[in-house]
Amino acid sequence: MLEAYPDNRLARILLWGFSALAMAFLMLPTLVVVPLSFSASDFLEFPPRAYSLRWYENFFGSATWMAGLRTSLILGTLTAMVAVPLGLLACISMNRLGGKTASAIQGVLLAPSIVPGILLAIGLFFVLAAQGLVGTLFGVLVGHVVLAIPVACIVLLPAVARFDWNQVQAARSLGADWARAIGGIIVPQLQISLLSATLMAFLTSLDESVISIFVASGRNSTLPKLMFLSLRDQIDPTIAAISTLWTAIVVVVVLIVTLRQKS
Amino acid sequence: MTATVDPALAADARSERRFFLALSLPALFIVGLAAILPILWIIRQSFLTTGGDYSVGNYEKVLSSGLTWSALVTTVELSLGTLAFCILLGTPLALALASARPRVANMLMAFVMLPLWTSILVRTYGWLVLLRRDGLINAALTGSGLTGEPLPLVYNFTGTLIGMVHYMLPLFLLPVYAAMRDIDANLVRASASMGATLGQVIRTVILPLSAGGIFSGSTIVFIYTIGFFITPAVLGGGKVNPLSIRIERTLSTFQDWGSASVLGILLLVLMALIGVMFLAARRLMARDKTGTAHA
Repeated sequence: MLEAYPDNRLARILLWGFSALAMAFLMLPTLVVVPLSFSASDFLEFPPRAYSLRWYENFFGSATWMAGLRTSLILGTLTAMVAVPLGLLACISMNRLGGKTASAIQGVLLAPSIVPGILLAIGLFFVLAAQGLVGTLFGVLVGHVVLAIPVACIVLLPAVARFDWNQVQAARSLGADWARAIGGIIVPQLQISLLSATLMAFLTSLDESVISIFVASGRNSTLPKLMFLSLRDQIDPTIAAISTLWTAIVVVVVLIVTLRQKS
Repeated sequence: MTATVDPALAADARSERRFFLALSLPALFIVGLAAILPILWIIRQSFLTTGGDYSVGNYEKVLSSGLTWSALVTTVELSLGTLAFCILLGTPLALALASARPRVANMLMAFVMLPLWTSILVRTYGWLVLLRRDGLINAALTGSGLTGEPLPLVYNFTGTLIGMVHYMLPLFLLPVYAAMRDIDANLVRASASMGATLGQVIRTVILPLSAGGIFSGSTIVFIYTIGFFITPAVLGGGKVNPLSIRIERTLSTFQDWGSASVLGILLLVLMALIGVMFLAARRLMARDKTGTAHA
């Protein structure tokens, strides 16, 4: 856009220099953790004087961390399994109804992503406490599903909008019932978007911390809750190992999602 | 075309509409159960005394406490500070990305988006490592002789602000970048050929045309930062107490559900106020634009 100013080299250098600093600011905290996770030292020295896998061994050898990991993986899977089908049905519904009804439904479904997490967390805590459900997997699951539904809808809405509805009408007129029309025609054609939505819903649950901090406890503590408690008390290099693994997973998932969407 | 509607067809259309409406019911039900019901519960709880009677006692208690007002001030300071740094860092960065060749811009955007997908806990941990008294940044500062003493960069307002700006910058950048990329490059070329300096083009062409994006970005920053919990809890080290932290403390230390609920309502009111302000500002901006167009 600024190519109309070929002579303003100084301005350009300044702009890009500043941008490089801003990007370094964005990347630094994620990257700095990686070498630390391979340190052999008890302390956080940078650069590490000797390397080892002890912090990874620490993580995989700890019953507490492993329980947290298991809980998080189970929750992430359940969240995706519930949120994506519900999101898909809602997107079909919004697409077919259109107009004010669709906007109203969308407003309600997207609301959880705008309401501060802390409010959802204490509200859910109150409701669950009244039912004696605090600390149960079910309680956290409900909280995660409600956060994953907006994510799934954002991925699936445009995909459903691109879908050629005549195919469903043709199938219906040939005698297919709705379940068959949706399962046999819509789902296969939205495969890629459904995969993206599933991964994003899974990541949303895996990364969620505020609701887990308030609602999950004991055996059902999630990995983020354990990390939060550990961060507040001391700086344990085991967290560096978990962080590195986590970032690697995220990079792989985001790569899959973006590459899939391009192809 | 035809004035008469086949009643059988109309009934078909109605039942089909009911069917499609029903498809969104499961999702609506669960959002109602886990998001709307809890908010209503907070409202009810805020009026409940420990004895189970309805009163405004909780409100009196919370609103007469100095801690509440300092928490309110901290919340607004953190949000405004985060917004200021997002605009300062994000706008030039968006301009650079928007003026780069598409391939380069796409690649750089991937780097910008990496932190967006990284867990907030990982990022908070990274900042702890960087900002601590014997952390990387202080080691570099004292090692190079720039400062004699390590600077207090974390477990205070500064550390919290850094963490929050880091979280919000990609989210602010997205709408600003989108708005700048959509600016017609011919406008810039035309201005240049008529003798406008680079500074004038940025001031009079690029910034006004990306105002909508900056506005959306600012709204996002505000909505998110008002209720921020993890970053102040970890990087604030107990010394930075916005409303979110007060809510947690009231709940976990004092088990005072009523007061925690009142603080939650305060958060909601603050959000609603800011939402109304942003809507009003947007309307004013739109009127300004049409006004100048007709002038």
